[in-house]
Amino acid sequence: MSCSLRFLLPMMILAVRVAALTQSQPRLYPNLGTPLSQAEIQSFDRMIGPEGKELPAGRGTAKEGAETYAKRCEICHGKNGENGLLRSLVIGRPGQPYRGTFYGEEKNSPSYYPYATIAWDYINRAMPPSNPGSLTASEVYALVAFLYYRNGIIKENEVMDEKTLPKVEMPNRNGFVPAVPVYPPEKKPSWY
Amino acid sequence: MDSKRSSRRRFLKQTAALAGVATGAGWAVGGQSAQAQHLHGASPRRGARYSIDHMTHYTPLQDYAGIITPSPLHFMQQHTSEFPEIEVQQHRLTIHGFVDRPLSFTVEELKQLPSVSRIHFLECHANSSPASHGAPDNPNVGLPVQFMHGMTSCSEWTGVLLSVLLNEAGLQKEASWLVSEGGDACKFSHTLPLGKAMEDVIVAYGQNGEPLRVEQGYPIRLVVPGWEAPFSVKYLRHIKVVDQPYMAWNESMNHSITRPDLRGKARWYHFQFGPKSVITRPSAGVETLGRGYVEITGLAWSGAGVVRKVEVSTDAGRSWKEAKRHPPVLPRAHTRFTFDWVWNGEETVIQSRCTDEAGEVQPSLAELSKNWGMDLEYWNKTPRPRAIHFNAIQPWKIDRDGSIFDVLFA
Repeated sequence: MSCSLRFLLPMMILAVRVAALTQSQPRLYPNLGTPLSQAEIQSFDRMIGPEGKELPAGRGTAKEGAETYAKRCEICHGKNGENGLLRSLVIGRPGQPYRGTFYGEEKNSPSYYPYATIAWDYINRAMPPSNPGSLTASEVYALVAFLYYRNGIIKENEVMDEKTLPKVEMPNRNGFVPAVPVYPPEKKPSWY
Repeated sequence: MDSKRSSRRRFLKQTAALAGVATGAGWAVGGQSAQAQHLHGASPRRGARYSIDHMTHYTPLQDYAGIITPSPLHFMQQHTSEFPEIEVQQHRLTIHGFVDRPLSFTVEELKQLPSVSRIHFLECHANSSPASHGAPDNPNVGLPVQFMHGMTSCSEWTGVLLSVLLNEAGLQKEASWLVSEGGDACKFSHTLPLGKAMEDVIVAYGQNGEPLRVEQGYPIRLVVPGWEAPFSVKYLRHIKVVDQPYMAWNESMNHSITRPDLRGKARWYHFQFGPKSVITRPSAGVETLGRGYVEITGLAWSGAGVVRKVEVSTDAGRSWKEAKRHPPVLPRAHTRFTFDWVWNGEETVIQSRCTDEAGEVQPSLAELSKNWGMDLEYWNKTPRPRAIHFNAIQPWKIDRDGSIFDVLFA
């Protein structure tokens, strides 16, 4: 998290700039649309940001995740995340994270993702495709622990919860240009 | 003339078949028929490709005139194996996060707000990728111009500007990005910078005068003009206003691309498309050319705004002449161009290039490769590498017998 200031500062500057353009104004069409209560928002607000601020309580380990994986995921993604019908989820080995480049199928592994929260958010909202949203928070923490362990990103006994997950150091965090998306982008030709 | 008649017949046949799909006949049993078909490896029509987690429709660019893609022919990249069945009366668009007044809108309420109807292209970020050049691995995916370049289409979109909705919700000072979520099984999600959201983004409920088609995001979708289409989230249901890019799975994993010039790092967030064009007729597989008068026709577009100029070369790039741009020439929309030519029966190469409002010129493959720090050999691996925002000039070679080939990588 040493990069957090470097990460946040441009965002803060940008936020101020955009805010200046978009000062909150009174409603023009107050007869349309219904106010949402906090309880209603909580019932559907599942999108998780890179810092994991919205992560719900729960916990899981790779061992627990292996059981859930075998029951809910293996049918498509293969035993231990390899050689499945689609998207081999493992590259690298326990204790040995993949350090190469990601030109092809390597991208299917969470080793590619810039933030540890991405796999949690996607599994939680979209997996399994036959019944997305049916996994409990702890099952998702356990599945992520299992995948990160198989990919050599965490140790087998590490507990994943709402506090530890966002702190996991992803091996490819520096694999993106720009390091943090910015808008407006630098003035460059469109092909860049 | 025979070839023209046969392509007209093919067009009518495809349109009829597609109309059936789009009005629901093909998907009447909750997408199970489509699923059953793709699991058995057969596509229900040409220009479609289905896999266990993906459905693709390629637009037959060679088969229609003007700039409006008939709605059932609009391209589609759907990251699920079936379409969501959304009950429009139950559907809500919610806006929350860094706003003063979190709000929920019914689709009917969205239709009562001030509307806009604007013509814009959409394009998959991976359209024209080198990976799709060469022999298609599935004969059902269509003719070369359809299969290689047919992940772009152009429609008149009707809806309410997103800026109107964000103003109703009242943006707070922390607001700088938003993240949208769709109601499909994959919960397709994408981040959008607030600057663009306030500029020209549409929450669309209409396409070419009718409600959105199911495969286009019924009942509502985002249309983000000029930007890669993954921003234009379909089946839109939640917008969360946030203070940083959220980097959902799709945008982090699927929509970034690793490039040698970035020393193996991946470029993400390409935003706007550069200038691009393609000759749709004559093109490979569409017809066999006869000597004499030939109307060359195609489409040009750019994420930067209007197409300022289209040039055509009929002598393998030695000389370029300006093509006629047919009105309407609209910002961030396909522009139809034509060029009168008399083919003398000799072997040659025809191609088009686009100059956009920003003054940028569509690059040749050599120029694009140089920009990206690759030598041409980089593309000639098997299979060819994927690339996104690939806008190299498309050359079609015409042999003396009138047959036409893709020679981009030849």
